[in-house]
Amino acid sequence: MVIPAALRSCAGGAREVAVEGNTVGDVLDDLARRLPVLERRLRDERGMLRPHVLVFVDGVMVRAAADLDTPVRDGTEVVVAPAVSGG
Amino acid sequence: MRDHPHMSETIVLIGTRKGLVTARSADRRAWTVEPLQFANKDVYAVALDTRRDPPRLFAGVGTGHWGPLLAHSDDLGATWNEPELAPIAFPEGSGAALARIWQVQPAAAGQPGVVYAGVEPHALFRSEDGGLSFALVEGLWNHPHRSEWLPGGGGACLHTVLTHPSDPDWLMVAMSTAGVYRSADRGVTWQPANRGIQATYLPEDQRFPEYGQCVHKVAMHPGRPDRLFAQNHFGVYRSDDGGDSWATIESGLPSNFGFPIVVHPHRPDWVYVFPLLADEERMPPTLRCRVYRSEDAGAGWRPLEAGLPPDPYHAAVLRDAMCSDGGEPAGIYFGTRAGEVFASVDDGDTWTALATHLPDVLTVRAALIP
Repeated sequence: MVIPAALRSCAGGAREVAVEGNTVGDVLDDLARRLPVLERRLRDERGMLRPHVLVFVDGVMVRAAADLDTPVRDGTEVVVAPAVSGG
Repeated sequence: MRDHPHMSETIVLIGTRKGLVTARSADRRAWTVEPLQFANKDVYAVALDTRRDPPRLFAGVGTGHWGPLLAHSDDLGATWNEPELAPIAFPEGSGAALARIWQVQPAAAGQPGVVYAGVEPHALFRSEDGGLSFALVEGLWNHPHRSEWLPGGGGACLHTVLTHPSDPDWLMVAMSTAGVYRSADRGVTWQPANRGIQATYLPEDQRFPEYGQCVHKVAMHPGRPDRLFAQNHFGVYRSDDGGDSWATIESGLPSNFGFPIVVHPHRPDWVYVFPLLADEERMPPTLRCRVYRSEDAGAGWRPLEAGLPPDPYHAAVLRDAMCSDGGEPAGIYFGTRAGEVFASVDDGDTWTALATHLPDVLTVRAALIP
């Protein structure tokens, strides 16, 4: 999983974190076990992606709750990015 | 670690729209303003828990895209930490998610380890481990009035938590725009406490509802806990019976609109407000940057402006952006949306600029660290 610069302090400075799972949701659950402070920057306590958090799986954007079922395989790159918004 | 462990200092935490600023002083005249922390993040709630040694500092931080967080510091602000488990989170099944931390309030000295947090959406959380982990106060969350509580201009915030100096079962909260609620059983049951408080935005024959008032801040003097002061959205009030009833004390003020209200830490009759023209005109009356002080629990008021900017002033002081430090003599502080923080060590008679050119100030808290 590729971590945006703004959140790398929650990952010990790492740009990438190895996570496991069969779906995007699984991967985020695994992240919650490994790096809980980082995971809750991405999802709220209901497990929903925060409104301005984007997740790309091999370049395809995942956004809706149902998309958390998107499958991932060995070697899949999951990229987290902030939406361009705010002021 | 502190450089001078035997020298007392006063610490002022300043939460702004774009970060946290800490100021320190040994004499409350010369101030060291530390570099901004939590850059670009809004800091709506700060607190200093001086019941602990070393004191624990708190910052409720909004990180924008990445959600809210509660950080604490046990080294007087040098470093900030966040527990592995989210300190404040709505429980599964509540259907809610934390949107903003509006208030972090250590309980009275007789309840060591107890810290309350008021949040958005309207909810109260309690910690019994010094603020590392909090639990939702279910009695308020499940209150039958909840569905009728509307968000104020700032959101559906529980912005004020008052605890009693000797009765740990007594709690009071204030919410925009639900009004004031009280509990006599440590938060199991809650009753509205708004009798006598007007909701000026309602139709004329409905202006004294049981709840739904837009309260902006409530203050109590710990030495006289039955007496409470409230600054409302149009209206300044006092209660002498612990919130059973309220009476207006706004005669003598240039406006009854404003956000903060602060009681002097050693003089229960001395109260401070920062009036603004109106909700649609959030600037001081006659554009004078003036604090108003009552020395008789609201019977009369006098403007204080010595040392404050003489130029036309257009900025407001928000609900948590005025405080005292509990010192002797007391220090009184306030910060404005123009990014200035002013301090007085003579009860408000004269003021000096503690910090200028900050981002707009959301909250100020201060304490003398022995």
